[in-house]
Amino acid sequence: MSKNIIIDGLTVPFQEGQTIMDAAMAAGLYIPHLCHNPEFKPHGSCKLCTVNVNGRNVASCTMPAAEGQQVLNDIAELNAERLALTQMLFVEGNHLCPACEKSGNCNLQGVAYYLGMMSPHYNHFYPAREVDASHPDILLDRNRCIYCELCVRASRDVDGKNVFGLTDRGIMTRLIVNATSGLLGDTSLAATDKAAQVCPTGALLVKRKGFAVPIGSRIFDRHTIKDVQTGGSHE
Amino acid sequence: MQQFEFSDISRMLTPILARHGGDASRLLQVLLEVQDACHTIPSEAIDHIAAHFDVPRVNVEGVAGFYSFLSTRPVGEYRMLFSGNITDQMLGKDDLMQYLCNKLWVEPGKVSEDGLVSVDSTSCTGMCDQGPAALVNGWPLTSLDQNRLDLICELIRSRKPVAEWPPMLFEVVDNIRRSDALLGEPLVPGNGIRAVLTRGAKETLAEMDKSNLRGRGGAGFKTASKWSFCHAAIAEEEGSVICDINGHPERYIVCNADEGEPGTFKDRVLLNSYADLVFEGMTVGARVVGASKGFLYLRGEYRYLLEPLEKGLQKRREAGLLGDNILGKAGFSFDIEIHLGAGAYICGEESALIESLEGKRGRPRNRPPFPVTHGYKGRPTVVDNVETFACAAKIAEKGGAWFAAMGTAQSTGTKLLSISGDCASPGIYEYPFGVTVRQILADCGARDPYAVQVSGPSGAMISWKEFDRKIAFEDLPTAGAFMVFQRKRDPFQIALNFVHFFAHESCGFCTPCRVGTELQKKIMDKIASGHGTASDLEELKSLGHILKTMSHCGLGSSAANPVLDMLEKFPDAYERKLKELAFEPAFDLDGALETARKITGRDDDWAHL
Repeated sequence: MSKNIIIDGLTVPFQEGQTIMDAAMAAGLYIPHLCHNPEFKPHGSCKLCTVNVNGRNVASCTMPAAEGQQVLNDIAELNAERLALTQMLFVEGNHLCPACEKSGNCNLQGVAYYLGMMSPHYNHFYPAREVDASHPDILLDRNRCIYCELCVRASRDVDGKNVFGLTDRGIMTRLIVNATSGLLGDTSLAATDKAAQVCPTGALLVKRKGFAVPIGSRIFDRHTIKDVQTGGSHE
Repeated sequence: MQQFEFSDISRMLTPILARHGGDASRLLQVLLEVQDACHTIPSEAIDHIAAHFDVPRVNVEGVAGFYSFLSTRPVGEYRMLFSGNITDQMLGKDDLMQYLCNKLWVEPGKVSEDGLVSVDSTSCTGMCDQGPAALVNGWPLTSLDQNRLDLICELIRSRKPVAEWPPMLFEVVDNIRRSDALLGEPLVPGNGIRAVLTRGAKETLAEMDKSNLRGRGGAGFKTASKWSFCHAAIAEEEGSVICDINGHPERYIVCNADEGEPGTFKDRVLLNSYADLVFEGMTVGARVVGASKGFLYLRGEYRYLLEPLEKGLQKRREAGLLGDNILGKAGFSFDIEIHLGAGAYICGEESALIESLEGKRGRPRNRPPFPVTHGYKGRPTVVDNVETFACAAKIAEKGGAWFAAMGTAQSTGTKLLSISGDCASPGIYEYPFGVTVRQILADCGARDPYAVQVSGPSGAMISWKEFDRKIAFEDLPTAGAFMVFQRKRDPFQIALNFVHFFAHESCGFCTPCRVGTELQKKIMDKIASGHGTASDLEELKSLGHILKTMSHCGLGSSAANPVLDMLEKFPDAYERKLKELAFEPAFDLDGALETARKITGRDDDWAHL
């Protein structure tokens, strides 16, 4: 007999070892998320995927599914809080969408569209963050980093290179690379590495691939992130 | 500043690395020694250390950047860090720090041009009963005043090594003002363990259960439950049980002495004068859960206690109370290792503490799994507060019923309170649970008390209307901090101090806490500078809600408490600060034109708003 959880009134089956996020994704249900990517070990830092389980808020990407869980996901209160978190991510960095190559393909932007973000709401921090163009094939623009550690996980767990890491703490947290010089060009990162492909924003971009698809015809110009990530109308 | 050649680095590192061996869990301990030797963590040293432990460079740099007492940029040869708790501030910390800076010709937060000295603030150093306090190269300075700073100035200018400074500068007193069951009657070392060996481990767990002892770190989880979960858990790898050297399933006992909550200093006193009681409790725990290794995680601010504690451990080993075959019991092996923290409040959170013990950034883990099943290096681990272990030792000796007879039904036993602020006799007070705030205020000689911060910034601020409330898990739960404020104090300034503390101590892992604590700080700063409006209050409330409901751990979920308490209980404290205008610019418009006026050399009416 299969086990089930209830998400927003729907019965969703799960297998032992799956998280709430896994079960939802398998059932084609969308829970907004940024740091989660089913190819990697769950991280739980962005907190956009927070759901309410039997009265308590938890990150669905790290919480194991268990019989008896009544999960609230697509409700106004949680979506308002997710919107606030998304706005926080926008103001703590420097996200200038019109000038960003990732615009239209950016998950941060996709989530912001989905949640109906019409303004940053909070005052911008305008932090001074470093751009690293030292690598011949890859650009690292820390202005757009949201500390999801997908590149860290990909480089460590898939590429076996440990190119990325985080240092400092709190609002001063920053992405660092595995080189004495601190420069991406002095690391072993290759454009074909998984780590160079997984950034949900435009913090890591493969060079010389600019504007292959014109703005206006990109993923989130045509589809919602919900459709894309649940396979609803994937390209 | 001194420049380091690579060969110097290598020469400096070789003995340190040799002493710590090759296990990467020693990384933080190594970095602390490097910081001591070089007044920074040089980039070349990071390469060297990474190669030694065979870990990526980013991991070492990540740890070096995480902890406040480590620094990848040089700090002064003499590094003065003033304790920034509100109680230090009330005792004149800001003026004293400025006084020292003026005398030494150095700006706060910067290093003097000759690299000799740097002066900065740090989070509470746990000396609130004898502030204003500071640390010089990690060693605590207490009861600072201008005279003492004059002397310190001379010592720094004459480049006198800190070890040769007059001992009176470093005098730390216990200030035990009220003793009860825990502090009143000293334990004969070994009596608790003897009782366990006579009674049996299972029977001791039953006594712990009967005592209804709850964790003294504030959360109040029942200790017997934690111990029995840990005892029931087994770590497996590829189908086989991971065992210790004696063939028993590997488990760990960890004592959380990362007493970072501003206003708390009871663990300092327990470790200074009752360390045997604490070690005894850890050993009792080890016997009950079946652990052979224990750690004491000592906050960096209490580094001065390291050598005395090591000596205490050695004495216990010699007395057969630690090591192999404890008190002659064959197969009962347990030893304790002390691990130093390095200035990170978050490491008081048990899973962050375990990460730090493993030599990593102190980032709270995703739970489940919980440490009782997957703790240190993935093994079942009990993490308990210093005071909890002290209680456990007493319960082992005297039994659960003796303990349960004290306090209230839901909060048995006694509680150590660290009392500071506006009172005649700050210090340690031990009370049976259930004591009223009013009683405590009378006993400590509080002067015209108006508000009390119970359990530090993450706890609750209560007003004079609530002084009949009780210290107990069912009313006012507390880890021990009790800061008294008299009427003339401004609740807004108190909340402002705490808000800065949380923003500084957020680990930065999750969005709500990383950004939310910073937003909270910015808004409070804006109100403090006279630009606050009514909408800022709404913003603070909504931020508070997000912090409480969306954060990864207790730091984030309690970070809004000071602000929300102030808004609820002391509304006039912030209303006074607000502009009465319907519209108030978020910054000083006229001030913003100052640069333009300077450039154009104008100062006429039209150049002003």
